[in-house]
Parts: sequence; C-alpha cells; structure tokens
Amino acid sequence: MSGTDDTELSGLLRAAIAGDERSYAAFLERIAIVVRNVIRPKIMHRGLDPEDIVQESLLAIHLKRHTWLPESPVLPWVYAIARHKLVDAIRRRGHRVQTGLEGIAEPFVEPDPAPLTGRDVERALDMLSPAQRAVIAAISVEGCSIAEAAKRLGKSETAIRVALHRGLSAISARFGRS
Amino acid sequence: MQTSDLIRAIAADARRPGMPLDRAWQLAVLAALFLAAAVFLATLGPRHDIAQALHTIRFPFKFVVTLTLALCTLPLIRSLSAPGAAIGNRFPLLLLAPGLLAVAIAAELLVVPPSQWMARTIGTNNLFCLTFIPLIGAAPLAAFLAALRYGAPTRPVVAGAVAGLLAGALSASFYAAHCTDDSPLFVAVWYTLGIAILGGLGALAAPRLLQW
Repeated sequence: MSGTDDTELSGLLRAAIAGDERSYAAFLERIAIVVRNVIRPKIMHRGLDPEDIVQESLLAIHLKRHTWLPESPVLPWVYAIARHKLVDAIRRRGHRVQTGLEGIAEPFVEPDPAPLTGRDVERALDMLSPAQRAVIAAISVEGCSIAEAAKRLGKSETAIRVALHRGLSAISARFGRS
Repeated sequence: MQTSDLIRAIAADARRPGMPLDRAWQLAVLAALFLAAAVFLATLGPRHDIAQALHTIRFPFKFVVTLTLALCTLPLIRSLSAPGAAIGNRFPLLLLAPGLLAVAIAAELLVVPPSQWMARTIGTNNLFCLTFIPLIGAAPLAAFLAALRYGAPTRPVVAGAVAGLLAGALSASFYAAHCTDDSPLFVAVWYTLGIAILGGLGALAAPRLLQW
C-alpha cells in the first residue's frame, strides 16, 4: 500500500470523524476492498466466509474509530483490527478449522462479481429488537436517509440515530454467539 | 446482508464518535489516583515519622522504584489499548525499575552484614504489605481495565497484566508512605509479590472483559 493511499484514507477518516457521512462511506468502501484482499488468501481452506470477516472488521473499525490517532497512518490500524477479527473468527469456529492445508496450492478461482454478502450480520440482525431491526433495514437495504427513516417509521431523528447506533453495537457484540 | 448495505448503515451513524482514547486514559489515571488515595487515607495513612524518614536514603528510594515502574508502564498500556500501535520497543522500559532495584540490592548487601540479610528481607509487615498493595490497587485496576475495554486491545492478556502492573506500581507508591520496612531486600520480595498479584488479576480478567 503506498503512502499516498494512506494519506488519502487518513483524510477521509478524519472528515468522517468530524461527521461527514459521504467521506465515511467512501472510506469504508475502500477499506472493505483493502480488508477483503488481506483476508481472502488467508481463509481459503478454513470454512469461513471472508465477507463475514470483512463485515465484522468494518463494524469494529466503526465502533472503535476513537482508537485511531489522527496523526498516525490508518492502514496499520486497519490491518491490526482485521487480523484481530480474523483470529477471533477462527478461534470461535475453531472446531471447523482444518490445519495443515495452507501450503497446498489450489487454482485461484476468480470470485464471481455477484454482490458480496455475509451471513453473520443477518443472523445477528434477527436477535435485535423489532424497532432496531426496522431502522437498520430502512437505512441499509432500502437506502433511506436518517430523515426519511424517521418519517417512514414515525419517530424523531434522534430516536432513529440512537436505534441505529445501538443496533450496530449489538450486532457487533453478538457475532459468533448465535 | 450485502457489504454495501452495511456500509450505508455505518456511514449514517457517523455523527456519534466517542471520546478520543487519550482522553479516556487521562480520566482513568485521574480516577485511579483519586481512588487509590482515598482507600490509602481511609485505611492506613502515612507513617508517623515520615518527615525524618524522608531524610534517609532507603525510604525515598522506594518511591523512585515504584514511580519509575508506573511511569514506564503508562506509555506501554496506552499502546496496548489501540490496534496497530508500535509496542515492541516499549517493553524494555519495564526493565528500568527492576534494574534500579537490583543496584539498590547490591548496595544493601555490601553495606549490611550478612547476619541481618534475612531479617531485613522478611521485615516486620510483610503480610500487611501483601494485603494492602492489592487492596489499594483494586480500584485503579478496575479503572485501567475500563479504559482498555473502551480501547481495542489486540493482545488482551498482556494488556490486562500490564494494567495490573500499573495499578500495582501506583498502589505501592501510596503503600510505601505507610510502610516502615525500607530495605530494598524487603521491597524486592514483598512489593513485587503484591504488584504481581494485581498483574495476575488483570491477566485473568482480560479474556472475558477485553473482548471486542
């Protein structure tokens, strides 16, 4: 990863921490690619879905973004989080892990361009309260803004924000415990 | 759920950033100092001859050792609480306080006749020391574990143990003001054990507490 990349990403994250949603989305899109590229080759044989780890990492990055020092490079921080989530996932689903296969070469299959989907978030979503689930579904799947979600669900914007934040925290806390 | 959908939900939550980690550590250290001082003053208080004791060599040296340990542990625990922070080069700092103590022990062994070595090591208050260092350090340990929990430690057991070391060093700095056993031989055995108890507690609590 080149230095300019990190400078750009740091700039986006700084803007995101200041509250800019657009920069935040751009940052997360690029980080998702970075994490996917790091994770994928490591779990080809482990019976894990790389996209689950990507999503868990994105949530952890979000909920722990106050641990990034704004003057330090952002990629080492991202890699450390992704590695932690990968190790965590391997340990949690440890009984399914097959070791000793790392060295075996397998023809690399180009991942199909279908939408990248994870199952763990879905599973965690099922355990939220219906109200939190409705807010998260409206904003994520249906693409509502906070204001639109508030109007549609008949709640204040503050209530929507609180439900969204608590919902995301709950999803992150429930990974692997389903 | 598709990753792009999840990103949309996360980005919409942009306006709720937590307090910066360094701020959290400042608060934790302040809380730890306050709580340790409160427990110390409520239970023990400084020794009565503290004014004279300050003019000796051995009594002030106890603070040199415990405060050195505390100050060397602080940057380490800050690094351990954030992912990807450089840590390796900070571990040697932990050797500074034991090194100082080793020099003091050598000096003590030169100055004091061998017949007194045992008596000085065992001291007069050792079980008291083993009780009060963990007791005074318990609340600081809780404060430091809370700060770690707010952070994102990728090596939880090490981080928990270092939190215990820091709590122990802080607690020992208070306890030293009460304790009348000033020989480095006593400090090396009993203070170390008291601090190690807190380190062990921190490491034991870590896997459960510091999950994220």
